Amino acid sequence: MTQAQLAQGNSPLLAVRDVSVVFGGIVALNGVSFDMHKGQILGLIGPNGAGKTTLFNCLSRLYQPSSGDILMEGASILTRPPHRIAEIGIGRTFQNVALFPNLSVMDNVRVGTHARTSSDIISDSLRLAWIRRSEADVNKKVHEILAYLDLEDVAHNTVSGLPFGTQKRVELARALAADPKILLLDEPAGGLNHEEVYVLGDLIRRIRDDRHMTVLLVEHHMGLVMSIADHVVALNFGKKLAEGTPAQVQADPDVIKAYLGSKDQ
Amino acid sequence: MSAAEEVVAEGHQAVEAVPKRAMTLGTTTSLVVLAALLIVPLFAKNFIIFQLTMLLIYGLAVLALNILTGGSGQFSLGQSAFYAVGAYITAVLMEQFNINYALTLPVAGVICFGFGFLFGQPALRLSGVYLALATFALATAMPQLLKLNFLEHWTGGVQGLVVTKPDAPFGLPMGQDMWLYYFTLVVVLAIYIFSVNLLRSRSGRAFMAIRDNEIAASSMGVNVALYKTLAFGVSAGITGVAGGLSAIAVQFVAPDSYNITLAISLFLGMVVGGVGWLPGSFVGAAFIIFVPNIAEGISKGLSGAVFGVLLFLVIYLVPHGARQVAIVSQQLIGKFKKN
Repeated sequence: MTQAQLAQGNSPLLAVRDVSVVFGGIVALNGVSFDMHKGQILGLIGPNGAGKTTLFNCLSRLYQPSSGDILMEGASILTRPPHRIAEIGIGRTFQNVALFPNLSVMDNVRVGTHARTSSDIISDSLRLAWIRRSEADVNKKVHEILAYLDLEDVAHNTVSGLPFGTQKRVELARALAADPKILLLDEPAGGLNHEEVYVLGDLIRRIRDDRHMTVLLVEHHMGLVMSIADHVVALNFGKKLAEGTPAQVQADPDVIKAYLGSKDQ
Repeated sequence: MSAAEEVVAEGHQAVEAVPKRAMTLGTTTSLVVLAALLIVPLFAKNFIIFQLTMLLIYGLAVLALNILTGGSGQFSLGQSAFYAVGAYITAVLMEQFNINYALTLPVAGVICFGFGFLFGQPALRLSGVYLALATFALATAMPQLLKLNFLEHWTGGVQGLVVTKPDAPFGLPMGQDMWLYYFTLVVVLAIYIFSVNLLRSRSGRAFMAIRDNEIAASSMGVNVALYKTLAFGVSAGITGVAGGLSAIAVQFVAPDSYNITLAISLFLGMVVGGVGWLPGSFVGAAFIIFVPNIAEGISKGLSGAVFGVLLFLVIYLVPHGARQVAIVSQQLIGKFKKN
């Protein structure tokens, strides 16, 4: 058990319960269960096609599980439409960066606050006093996040012209703007070089500590997962293969077999 | 039809490259344009004033399409249908129910908003050229719907309705044309300012987020279906007001004035003005009003061909329309100031 888990007792922040996903006869996920506790960095690993992204998409409600349940603070998220996931504190980034390319960095992050603010088209058109106040709060928050992620210099740049690494930070900033309790990161190290992966690992840990967040890290990059995760879940062929501390999972014979192939082959 | 599809394809590319910051004019430019709009009619003949009024009205209709396409990324070749509904509501209320012309405009706007919002529901399942086709169907159907027998008592059927031109109120010493111009200017300016506010607000950001990436927008909490239909409603509502104004200015409504040619003209105006750049809407409107006349001046027999060549030149030389011209001249002025 990690320190984070011990501190929080036994009620998980997010619970994945026996989730299965079937796509027309192909079982993408088969009865996967695990818990995420507050303050944890949970690494979800597995070879290609293991079901990592499928599980990720169930959490952000892009896929509907065929059976099983996903509970956020004890309440099922499966009855919520995708646009009502942000408001219960689940934020995400995308595997190949899904920003709004024609908007500025600031506006991208401003969209991140959408779930935490309210407005209607008439008040917006008339720029009523309460809209001006709400926009001022949004701007303050956006500036704070941009400063935190060292993005102030590019705040007014259009996103499409920025380097890939910077775009990934903008995506992170956008996710943080929604004040998530859980941050789902889909292969954040993809496309980064060795040096950048190291910096990213540091950043994820810093975000968890400074902003009291829980992180689900879906990642190919073993080095990153093993160095920053408190707890690791390994998937293969849609099933949970092993679960435990990074050291335990790394030593698990099934995991070694899945990654390196068995001796008999 | 192939021409329309080409226009759609052209528009699609233009949509990809609209940064939000470049959506309006600078303060100085705005004031100069406003001053010109206020002063010019004082020295112009009635016919020119009428044409300027029509420029403002078409500009408003193009602006409405710009909010839909440039803002939320949805295409419409059916704007003429909303324009027709607005025009008929104003005409019928004025002539059959004796309601003041100024009061008919909000009614036209609200009803067209509802109409657009409802039409936006089935349109949710379509995107790109398919959405353009569905709206095209709406534009094709509208003139015939307006001729329906059971509506004839109000709409005047094929004959249409003659609308009385309003006089200047409070004994103001100006002609009908000039009064109508200033009345239109006030309405158009107000809607322009509201539109700029809207696109800069939380709702406007939601529109543009949807335009750029629906899945990401949805995971940030944007209700994609709601905002897409709202964009349709807002666009249709503004188009309805433009239609209402046109009924008053032209003093006549008839079913065949609101056919697919009008819808394509509005689309053309948007592309020529620059997709997503609101001030460009009025440049685009000037293009669709004046360039056919210029073409006719060059060659009476081949005016259509000349218009085609002129259009081709614009698309070829400035694919992003008036917005591109504005950006280039801004850079030139910047250089000039440095020297």
